[in-house]
Amino acid sequence: MSTDLEQFYEIFFEESSELLADMETCLLRLDVNSPDLEDLNAIFRAAHSIKGGAGTFGFTDMTEMTHMLESLLDKLRKGELEVRSEMIDAFLKAGDVIKAQLAGHRGEGQADPTVAAAVCEELKRLSDETQAPAKELTNPATNAETVQVEAEVAEVEVSTIDDSSKLTYSIEFSGTGMSDATLENLFANLKQLGNLENLTSANVIDLCKLKLTTDKSEEDIWETLAFVVDPATLKIVVDTRNKNEAMAIEPEEKNSISTDAKSIIDEDEFSMTDMPPAPGYGFFPGAPAAPQDIDDAESSLNSPQQQSANNSKNEANATLNKSSSKANTGAAAPVSEASSIRVSIEKVDQMINLVGELVITQAMLAQTASQFDPVVFEKLHSGMNQLERNTRDLQESVMSIRMMPISFVFSRYPRVVRDLASKLNKRVELKTVGENTELDKGLIEKIADPLTHLVRNSLDHGIEVPEKRTAAGKPAQGTITLRAFHQGGSIVIEVSDDGAGLNRGKILSKARERGLPVHDGMTDQEVWLLIFEAGFSTADTVTDVSGRGVGMDVVKRNIQGMGGRIDIESAFGVGTRISIRLPLTLAILDGLSVAVGGQMFIVPLNYIIESLQPTAADIKTVSGHGRVVQVRGEYLPVIALHEIFNLRPNVTEVHEGILVILEAEGHKAALFVDDLVGQHQVVIKSLESNYRRVQGVSGATIMGDGKVALILDTAALVMTSQQEAV
Amino acid sequence: MAKTILAVDDSASIRQMVAFTLKGAGYEVIEAVDGQDALDKANIHKVNLVLTDINMPRMDGLKLLELLRKLAHYKTVPILMLTTESGDEIKAKGRAAGATGWLVKPFDPKRLLEVIGKVIG
Repeated sequence: MSTDLEQFYEIFFEESSELLADMETCLLRLDVNSPDLEDLNAIFRAAHSIKGGAGTFGFTDMTEMTHMLESLLDKLRKGELEVRSEMIDAFLKAGDVIKAQLAGHRGEGQADPTVAAAVCEELKRLSDETQAPAKELTNPATNAETVQVEAEVAEVEVSTIDDSSKLTYSIEFSGTGMSDATLENLFANLKQLGNLENLTSANVIDLCKLKLTTDKSEEDIWETLAFVVDPATLKIVVDTRNKNEAMAIEPEEKNSISTDAKSIIDEDEFSMTDMPPAPGYGFFPGAPAAPQDIDDAESSLNSPQQQSANNSKNEANATLNKSSSKANTGAAAPVSEASSIRVSIEKVDQMINLVGELVITQAMLAQTASQFDPVVFEKLHSGMNQLERNTRDLQESVMSIRMMPISFVFSRYPRVVRDLASKLNKRVELKTVGENTELDKGLIEKIADPLTHLVRNSLDHGIEVPEKRTAAGKPAQGTITLRAFHQGGSIVIEVSDDGAGLNRGKILSKARERGLPVHDGMTDQEVWLLIFEAGFSTADTVTDVSGRGVGMDVVKRNIQGMGGRIDIESAFGVGTRISIRLPLTLAILDGLSVAVGGQMFIVPLNYIIESLQPTAADIKTVSGHGRVVQVRGEYLPVIALHEIFNLRPNVTEVHEGILVILEAEGHKAALFVDDLVGQHQVVIKSLESNYRRVQGVSGATIMGDGKVALILDTAALVMTSQQEAV
Repeated sequence: MAKTILAVDDSASIRQMVAFTLKGAGYEVIEAVDGQDALDKANIHKVNLVLTDINMPRMDGLKLLELLRKLAHYKTVPILMLTTESGDEIKAKGRAAGATGWLVKPFDPKRLLEVIGKVIG
């Protein structure tokens, strides 16, 4: 049966990731001074659910951690302990460990057991250390309640607990794969139950043998062990008098029970006593009986249950009516779980691919149909129009499946900002705007790292320390705003801060130090772009947060790799805003089609600065290094596309053709082509998966006339031309 | 006719595991994501057994138990609580709310079927 469980692993992983994310959100929202009970409950529930799942699916490392987490959380939500910020830190760390463990089970990396042990230890310390003073603080009301419950337990579950004479159990289980810390912890827990004797022979760790003398029931022992020990290997046997196995199933005569219930109980009793003790479950004597509330258990426990059963019968009729009317309205209310389905990303991609094909076919048909006389073939033409509309709608809705709200990325930053701000002794508030803006899942995954870098940068270099801010007449608490919105066919993500802003003079002098070609007449925009140069940093001191000058160039490269653009606006002393503009999806590209020797190529639009027809005088030949063209005082290498792809061009002289000026990674080059054809939105097809990787080509597309056009790898072309020019 | 079981758990993985196990053993299974959902479904389908988690959002298992026991059909239907919480306190609460018995998580499919088998055979 156990192999069957594997099919639920993926659901469990997904579910746990979501729960962890929820937990983190709640933790970050939690106000240490006045914790919201709802939040504490939600956090507890998340830990609890993960523990339940992890236990069921046999991920013991996760159960251990969640168990520690849960114990402390339980004390918090019951008000036995005060929430302190170091606990929140510990919870967050524990969340990280669970995340790592989860990734480990998924086969993505390995969780570090020493970190887990350290966090476990810390949680335990927090939970134990404060226990003593908190007990004094516990208000009498809760105390009384607990006592009440205990008293009740003593009365109802007589059979096991009232057997007050101590029993000795011998316990055996396999310790394979368990760390020493786990075992120690386990032994400590068992010691709390009673007198523990460890009979494990030192050289056989595989089989742990223990002897425990306790007044607790076998179930209690089982429950202590079940989360840590593989239940299949666990054996608990009563050593002395075999009194204990009946558990809580002796029907109590004082309860009058319905015949149905009686038969169940009788059967239970029969089978339970008949079989070897199987702890981990049990039945209540007298159940299912008339319901009674725990709150008035005090009174109803003494009164005959028959009476309360009669009382509640009337109540039940009333509730029945109420509940059924609720059911009618309730059925219409959507349950979030049921309103979404999980689909593998491959299926979605296949669908997107097929729709892409459909769009191409439709375009081909449209082109063919356009040759027919619209008067004679009126129906064909109106049909074609409808097909085009439907295809477009279909494409849009299929594309939207891959779309995810950017909150998936934004949600990680409260944590980043919190951790970093406390490290740097800064006070920062993070605002997010437009979390529901959607973009392609592929982009969501890729944007996270660059965005993290920008947020960290804003915090480290942008936001000043509180004293400095107050001195400058600003509020002591800085603000970092993450904003996302749609503009045209792209999505814009902004990271802005109300910090110090970029220092033009400092950037310029640093640039000069590094020998970069700068002059005082540069526009602000040009100066700001210098911070994207590799190795550029204006930070006076290098911290472990940032300032090493690695990163901004990587950020820019990543954004460009996604077909995006990055811009900076900044005012000294007021703040900085960095905006990233990305295409909505990776599957469609805005491109300029150019013709060379009868072939069509697509140049991604976001790399193009301008197109021009040079005069013969602008073209210079550098011996051994090809040709350059002078554009507004700048010499750019000329890339002749026909030479790269070995084509016979219609024009061989540069000044007879057209130059498309490209910019990639800060370098410019002029692409020499025969002609410009037009601007298209093209569906990207991978050349690599359909053919093989070709130098200088990033993909292919099928044009409306059915011909294949290659999409140029602009960045690679520009870089190659740079290397040749050097 | 196959017996119908209402499986209530806010954790999708546990719920699906339970449902899969029970269906494999020939039971009809109705799933509910929390107490409220379960109560609504229990009203529509008169199930033969309810298997409920305790700690759930919206309405927890104890409240569900309590409300179910007030319904005529569910007065005598076995209701088992699935719980990760050990200890007598939770059992006492469950008992007071009208649970037939309890099953401690983690459990394996075999144990689940064993317990269910004892109750509705």
